[in-house]
Amino acid sequence: MDERQLTAWLLELIRRTSTDLPADVEAALVAARDREEGRARSTLDWILKNCAEARARSMPICQDTGTLILHVEHGPDVGPWLIERAARAAAAEATRQSFLRPNAVSPVSGKNSGDNTGLGAPFVTCHGVEEPGALRASLVLKGGGCENVGIQYSLPDDRLGAGRDWRGVKACILDAALQAQGFGCAPGVLGVGVGGDRATSYLESKAQLFRRVDEVNPDPELAAVEAELLGKVNQLGVGPMGFGGQTTVFGVKLGLRHRVPASFFVSVSYMCWAYRRRSLRLERGQPVYG
Amino acid sequence: MANKAIRLPVDEAAIRALAVGDEVEISGVMITARDAAHKYMVESDAAEVRELLRGGIIYHCGPVVARDGAGWRFVAAGPTTSIREEPYEHEVIRRYGLRGVIGKGGMGPRTLEACKLHGAVYLHAIGGLAVLLAQAVKQVRAVHRLEEFGPPEAMWVIEVERFPAVVTMDAHGRSLHAEVLERSTARARELMRTFT
Repeated sequence: MDERQLTAWLLELIRRTSTDLPADVEAALVAARDREEGRARSTLDWILKNCAEARARSMPICQDTGTLILHVEHGPDVGPWLIERAARAAAAEATRQSFLRPNAVSPVSGKNSGDNTGLGAPFVTCHGVEEPGALRASLVLKGGGCENVGIQYSLPDDRLGAGRDWRGVKACILDAALQAQGFGCAPGVLGVGVGGDRATSYLESKAQLFRRVDEVNPDPELAAVEAELLGKVNQLGVGPMGFGGQTTVFGVKLGLRHRVPASFFVSVSYMCWAYRRRSLRLERGQPVYG
Repeated sequence: MANKAIRLPVDEAAIRALAVGDEVEISGVMITARDAAHKYMVESDAAEVRELLRGGIIYHCGPVVARDGAGWRFVAAGPTTSIREEPYEHEVIRRYGLRGVIGKGGMGPRTLEACKLHGAVYLHAIGGLAVLLAQAVKQVRAVHRLEEFGPPEAMWVIEVERFPAVVTMDAHGRSLHAEVLERSTARARELMRTFT
């Protein structure tokens, strides 16, 4: 595969992700707007107008273009090193073209690298598959405001009275939404990872954010928990931007990972309403964007 | 509800007349400041922005900017989370005679107290409303500390026209954020009991 070609495809993937909200997310925001009234409704009206404008003008929906979370499945003919190099080049070019804000700063000094590349940035994971010529890339741009309200619990949790069972897991999810208030730019979506270790539990919560908002969990037990929590979190009354209202989240997505007997983590990643998630796949060598 | 117009610089009486829930539209020259800038304003005397801060408004924002000839243009400019400036803001309000802060998520008790004491308000812009809010920025007049702080953290001097925001903390000690937190915490306590 040609590196420059791949860079151009990834650049277009970044542009679309930053400027064009996915249809399932927008439909959820429209549905929320339609059931709200007062300030909650006018806030969602502003948000929808902003999304339409961003799309029409090819400009970033939100100025915090976030962290690039890029996951790529590739066939044996493409080396992950090539994908990583192309991703870095695409991120730098997207920054030059103002689709991304220069958002990678040195952790302690705060010095901005200027082009979104740096130590561990962008965050790219590659997964090899057997199928020749395969290339499937998924990208989420996740802003800092919502990342900061993410939280990890270790069960049992005395403060919450949460034990190592479904009741305990549900208590964590509700508490995470309560703590988040409007800070993560509500209404958002909660990605939840249950189990794993500290790292993989959070990773699972992020992986959940690659799912469509309207996708029902194929596991009926998890689907029931997702539906129950969606309903109950929305009874908190936090509402859009934390101004009050019925829509605090428009999705709860849950994934499980086996854990060691000693650890029981529940990790919650909050994705803001500017839920920038797009994909790219190759069909007969041609890029198809989703 | 009619939007109230605020023209900068603004006096104390006009700010004290505002109450939680008021929708306002701000016009005039204001300045962006976030983490690095707040630290700077508190640890030095920030002479280059002193004049603008008196009767002025700070916007918690790290914009996407583009070069526009010799100058700059705001491409995307929604608010950033304000609570990070809680350790500094009360001092900035007191020391510089600031009349308002625009951001998102609200701020804490020290800022609320400073608003009451000195006559200032917290104005909530809609988080992520980057394109529409950038359109309210008519001109970038100057930028301070660009090299040192980087584009998101630099202090951008901007002229805005009819910039929309909602008063969520007023100069009378009321905070919408504290009220929503209290109500939702009580509700969460009830909901916790429904889990099986």
